Amino acid sequence: MGPYVLRRLLIALPSLLGISVVLFTVLALAPGDPFADLALNPNVPAEVKAALRQKFGLDDPVWQRYFRWLWAMLHGDWGFSFISRVDVDTLILQRVPVTLAVIGASQLLALCIALPVGIYSAVKPYSWFDRVASTLAFVGFSLPTFFTGIVLILVFSIKLDWLPFVYRADISATGAAWWWEHIRQAIMPVLVLGLFQGASWTRYVRSSMLDVIRLDHVNTARSKGLAERVVVIKHVVRNALIPVVTLVALTMPQVFGGAIVTEQIFRIPGIGSLLIDAILRNDTPVIMAVTFVFTCLVIAFNLIADLLYGWLDPRIAYR
Amino acid sequence: MASLVLLLAMVALVVLGPLVWKVAINDIDFTARLQGPSLAHPLGTDDLGQDLFARMLYGGRISLAVGLAAMAMAIVVGVTIGAIAGISRGTVDASLMWLTDLFLSLPQLPLLLLLIYLFRDTLKTHFGPEVGVFIMIVLVIGGFRWMPVARLVRAQFFSLREKEFVEAARALGATTTRQVWRHILPNALGPVIVAGTIDVAAAIIAESTLSFLGLGFPPDIPTWGRILFDSKDYLDIAPHWAMFPGLAIFLAVLTINFIGDGLRDALDPRRVL
Repeated sequence: MGPYVLRRLLIALPSLLGISVVLFTVLALAPGDPFADLALNPNVPAEVKAALRQKFGLDDPVWQRYFRWLWAMLHGDWGFSFISRVDVDTLILQRVPVTLAVIGASQLLALCIALPVGIYSAVKPYSWFDRVASTLAFVGFSLPTFFTGIVLILVFSIKLDWLPFVYRADISATGAAWWWEHIRQAIMPVLVLGLFQGASWTRYVRSSMLDVIRLDHVNTARSKGLAERVVVIKHVVRNALIPVVTLVALTMPQVFGGAIVTEQIFRIPGIGSLLIDAILRNDTPVIMAVTFVFTCLVIAFNLIADLLYGWLDPRIAYR
Repeated sequence: MASLVLLLAMVALVVLGPLVWKVAINDIDFTARLQGPSLAHPLGTDDLGQDLFARMLYGGRISLAVGLAAMAMAIVVGVTIGAIAGISRGTVDASLMWLTDLFLSLPQLPLLLLLIYLFRDTLKTHFGPEVGVFIMIVLVIGGFRWMPVARLVRAQFFSLREKEFVEAARALGATTTRQVWRHILPNALGPVIVAGTIDVAAAIIAESTLSFLGLGFPPDIPTWGRILFDSKDYLDIAPHWAMFPGLAIFLAVLTINFIGDGLRDALDPRRVL
């Protein structure tokens, strides 16, 4: 196990570097100059401009700038937000917990939907329950998250006036009331993300279950006289979930993408809305850092998927 | 089947509609702002009194065109890379697959946003606002969708190139190019068609997402996502404004997905059940 983990980490490292190269190339190729505003400002003399460019090394070759940037990132020096006037890493650290909480809760909800529905559909394929569930799942994953978000706001915030539609980080209440407020405002974003993910996972759980349920060892278990419940849970579900676990980890990039949209609709102060704000206000250091954080998260989840796969399925040798 | 009819109806409406419904998309009329559906304005009006039906028909053209163009690009790139990787072994294959995996593990939406942020202005000045944004969105969406196609094609090539009929062609002295073009590629396209169908839906969603975040087409080009984005501040007074484009996106995506699913069942004999 140990060497396998180490080997996987060593494979993850080059891809992280590769992605950082891609990111930096995009930034270097892009038109526009971080000092464009300065160049237009008549109050700044030409020598000062040249000195500033010298200081930040803008006239150096690209590869030198890349290594300097990489070095700074590794040292935790992530730059300084042009707009908010704080260090980028403090800004991101403020935002990450909210995003992780909302995403985590919605993933839990998605699993709570996908597992039972998918399993029950596969146990009785082509029953009325399966048909209804499959159709609903299809509809669910064709509904774009921004549309479900708007419909939920329309129904629960505007028509019924039950839930707030702006997410607030500064709730003054304490104790139980604080929790209640937070849960109330998180319900809709979590529902939007969770239902979408749940719908697509239901389909995977079902098809993966159907692949396993026809195998010989399931027949053997049945003919030994085991109860149907035991057969399904112990002999089918455990095997069927192996590919599902990988899939859950591998769909994380999409989940983060969906979170950007959801955060924007409900104005959740997470890293997704930080990214959008930064883009709308040309705040380059924040954009780069947030994109890099997303990349790291995605690679981390890919790594987790591989490790889980190896752990769950003993047939995969740790080579 | 029903979804094919519905989709064709939508396409027909979007393509032929503007010929029949001749209200201009930017006809501002403040006396008729934020109205609900009526005879004069079948889908109501927005905050400037512009006719939503006309705007939806116009936007639908762009949304569907973006979907198709991005799909075409994804398939061309995917098939090329998959075919090169599948026919050549060794380092070429390995490095192309490494590239594919790298692209697969990129966080797509953040990068999409980043690319658009960085390159929007240049393209706008080179090709004009409409064409520039169109080219960029198609390139960017297509550039992030080719990986599954490349993997599919490569897998198909691996099994097909060992088949007897390819061997026969090789024995007859066919060049590698001819083997690929005439013998392997036509047989590898089945799953690609399915993937392509689903890519159209994904591209439509991607475009609407970008427009919805305010980073797609400019406001004077009302794609479905853009109309939704404009409408979201008026949800309480004009809910119809948000509902119609949302429903249009949903229906387009749903029908395309259903068609893709049906095609998969029809083309893939393995998935009988």
